[in-house]
Amino acid sequence: MAEATSGAGVSESRARWKYLDNILHRPGPFTDEEWTPGEPQIETLSRAKILVIGAGGLGCEILKNLALSGFKDIHVIDMDTIDVSNLNRQFLFRHADVGKYKAEVAARFVEKRVKGVKITPYCGKIQDKDEEYYMQFALIVCGLDSIEARRWINATVVGMVDMQNPDSMKPLVDGGTEGLKGQARVIFPTMTSCIECQLDMHAPRAAVPLCTLATIPRQPQHCIEWAHIIAWEEERKDITLDSDDPEHITWLYQKALKRAQEFNIPGVTYSMTQGVVKNIIPAIASTNAIIAASCCNEVFKILTNTNPFLGYPGTDNYMMYTGDESIYTYTFEHMRKPDCPVCSEENLARPLQVDANSTLQEFLDGLAERPESQLKKPSIRSEEKSLYYQFPPDLEQQTRPNLMKKLSELLSDGEEVAITDPAFPLQFKYKLVFKKG
Amino acid sequence: MATDIPPPVQGPTAKERKYDRQLRLWGATGQMALENSHILLINSGPGVVGVETLKNLVLPGVGHFTIQDSAIVSEADLGVNFFLEEEHLGGYRAEHTCNLLKELNPDVEGHFVTEPIEAFIDEPDALQPYTLILVTAPIRPEILTILSEHASNALVPLFYIHSVGFYSHFSIHLPPAFPIVDTHPDPETTTRDIRLLKPWPELLQFARAKTEGLDTMDADDHGHIPYIALLLYFLEKWKEEHEGQPPLNYKEKTAFREMVAKAARSLEGGEENFDEAVAAVLKSLNDPEPSSAVKGLFKEPECLLVKQDSPAFWVIAHAVALFYQKHGVLPLPGSVPDMKARSKDYIELQNIYKAKARKDMAEVLESVRFLERTTMRETPIEERDVETFCKNAAHIKLVRGRPFHVVQAGEKVQWGDRAKSLAQSLAFPDSLLPLYIAFLAFDEFVATHNKNALGGAPKMPGEDHVEVDTEKVAGIAFKILTDLIAEGNTPLEEEDFSTVETKLGEYVKELVRAGGAELHNISAFTGGLVSQEVIKIITEQYIPVDNTCIFDGVRSKTAVIQV
Ligand SMILES: [Zn+2]
Repeated sequence: MAEATSGAGVSESRARWKYLDNILHRPGPFTDEEWTPGEPQIETLSRAKILVIGAGGLGCEILKNLALSGFKDIHVIDMDTIDVSNLNRQFLFRHADVGKYKAEVAARFVEKRVKGVKITPYCGKIQDKDEEYYMQFALIVCGLDSIEARRWINATVVGMVDMQNPDSMKPLVDGGTEGLKGQARVIFPTMTSCIECQLDMHAPRAAVPLCTLATIPRQPQHCIEWAHIIAWEEERKDITLDSDDPEHITWLYQKALKRAQEFNIPGVTYSMTQGVVKNIIPAIASTNAIIAASCCNEVFKILTNTNPFLGYPGTDNYMMYTGDESIYTYTFEHMRKPDCPVCSEENLARPLQVDANSTLQEFLDGLAERPESQLKKPSIRSEEKSLYYQFPPDLEQQTRPNLMKKLSELLSDGEEVAITDPAFPLQFKYKLVFKKG
Repeated sequence: MATDIPPPVQGPTAKERKYDRQLRLWGATGQMALENSHILLINSGPGVVGVETLKNLVLPGVGHFTIQDSAIVSEADLGVNFFLEEEHLGGYRAEHTCNLLKELNPDVEGHFVTEPIEAFIDEPDALQPYTLILVTAPIRPEILTILSEHASNALVPLFYIHSVGFYSHFSIHLPPAFPIVDTHPDPETTTRDIRLLKPWPELLQFARAKTEGLDTMDADDHGHIPYIALLLYFLEKWKEEHEGQPPLNYKEKTAFREMVAKAARSLEGGEENFDEAVAAVLKSLNDPEPSSAVKGLFKEPECLLVKQDSPAFWVIAHAVALFYQKHGVLPLPGSVPDMKARSKDYIELQNIYKAKARKDMAEVLESVRFLERTTMRETPIEERDVETFCKNAAHIKLVRGRPFHVVQAGEKVQWGDRAKSLAQSLAFPDSLLPLYIAFLAFDEFVATHNKNALGGAPKMPGEDHVEVDTEKVAGIAFKILTDLIAEGNTPLEEEDFSTVETKLGEYVKELVRAGGAELHNISAFTGGLVSQEVIKIITEQYIPVDNTCIFDGVRSKTAVIQV
């Protein structure tokens, strides 16, 4: 009876898939000798459950591409609602959809356009779901704009791997864009380099020191950050800043402009204020199209074996793309890091150079900016004792005095520490090595 | 008090809100250029790559687009083209893809032509309305030749695109002189011209004032001297000890760097301005010599001989060349990197650079006006254009467009002046030139095969007979390969030749395997690349592909070659 209820399913006419079938039915010069063309591949396409994380610029493209690659059972997660500034690239949304959930609107649109595909939306956070949920998928594709969410899903899929059960290994295909640049990468958890191994390829921008904002601004951005971080706290701290509220942005803009005039700094604009406060990254349809298609091309090859794919252990797993000066891609094998806090078997502590004279507070603040850690709410313990805990409140209070102490008072040179952060389902081990001289 | 009244806020317009994320890349002028353009797509085959390209142009708000396509919507279209629905079966593909694309952006005007290409192109001035033309394979060589001639005569950019199975290619035929002023150099990898080795009096005066009594200065003052002033101060000292010469080579620069580093006061955490000075030594202590590309620009015939109707670009280029001849440097761009400094000092420094940049610009402008008078130019060049040119002078780029290959049945493919360098590149392990050759062979097959005996649509290899067609295409491809090697007069080592031959054979096999099919992913990818290049060309910003791009979706690699 399952046949009858699964809609079009396997039994539909293949006339629609004429082009795809040329590839599915014919071996090529690079297909494996053991590869069986035809029916088994069609079967895989119709049965494999694919999870798409993100229904934004990349997600819209990914859903379209997967549906037109012949996949039938697609799930999509996104917690966001549609904003007017999405319409220049997120082509499944119309003006009338502004305010609705992205995952829901995107799923309905692709289902309507491509007959026979089932798309199941979930409007919420990836953290709402547990391992059992993620275990049902054959593969996960990410089109996200946040590093935290990527690291979370990466740690989750690595943690799910059970060597006794080959089905527990979920390939992760990840795309990211910024302006005319982007990357597509494939991760086979525990077998190839993971997102945490690659974290230093995506270093965060250095923050402007507070003293510059407070006393010696030089750039229009400094004045905006001052309004954002200092003036708002001083004058409107009872109101939660909402960067989508035009009144709030206008207030910040006027504050910043006035400060800029005091210091003779030219260049503060409304648009720049919005950009700085919301940390806006330029985004266009063409880059999203390129990166999403590259991801989906790999997904298709991985599941149908119609050609070699990125991520096969010992081969290339990462494609870097830049489009501002001609077109340039660099496809290479990113190697696993033996001390990766997520995927290394031994769970080795990663060495971290620190200044013995800096305080614990300074060290913890620095963790947010270090390319290899990027932790925003860390709690830390040494082999001997708890050094600082963000919660529960009484432990926080108990450990707070340590924040002012120097590292050399709390730890010995080369001592291991374990750091946890509510954003990640794991602990990070570091070996703190004191800087010489 | 009047000064306390906050300035009136002009919030963003509805359009600025919708296009916010792209305006941050190409700005209002780029957007305007996009909105004033009219793109023609001449569609064929499965017809996906062109439509995917248009999708990425309609979304950011291209002015008009027109789709020429005489195909009727079939069941197979629904499995590969996102801009068609079941109810369109039996209708015109041009009409329905056009309508569904229009839904993406109400600001865009879409049109369609269902006439066959042969009839359409035969009408007088058929191509006249379009500012840029996209053509997808398969297409008859006669048609492609007409389009190529139009591109040459009307100076209209023309794209020729293949998307077949896991492979794709596109070539761009640009006008013979396509200059880009606003190239958006990457601020992280390009060094800013701050003229430390060619300071002018006002800058030197500033440096002296800020470093006076350096040794006895109080800690706070010492830690806030802008690093540009520090470097100029230490350069003066260095020159005194080195017969008036600045540090010239790597060894001397390292010694100079050491000298600056030693002068920092040893405080906890060091002095940030000294750290910045030390970090800038190797990058900034260079003669602001223009790149060979820019110097080459000054020697181009259009630059040397300015005429009454010369494009503004060449008149300004000539004026900048005169400036360079006289001063040995380009006009100062005028921007200063951020650095540790007191607000007042930084603004003062910024103003010194800006004032110098304005002075340089005024000199260039004066030459421009002089040229206008001597050549009896009718409309004056806008001051703003001169300003932008001066600001970007170091990064200006000139692309020399030329026609791409149009493969004619039974005729040898000619490689001209590029034969030698291309033949030499064949043996490079990452070369995708063999894939390009496979596409040329694909085109020759198309030129000689029809879907039915009465003509009709061109037939693509592998539609019915994979093995026979593979052999045919491989035969053509090997001939193109050996012809290229002969024309380039660079015989390969036997081993290299057989590697290239094997690679070419594999590409042909994989290409024919598709039987002319488009895979949606590959067409979406290629549509992304092509639309990006279209935007660069229309906005005259960033640097476009010169002139051919190839994508291998089996290995996920691209390559750009000049053919
Ligand atoms: Zn890892």
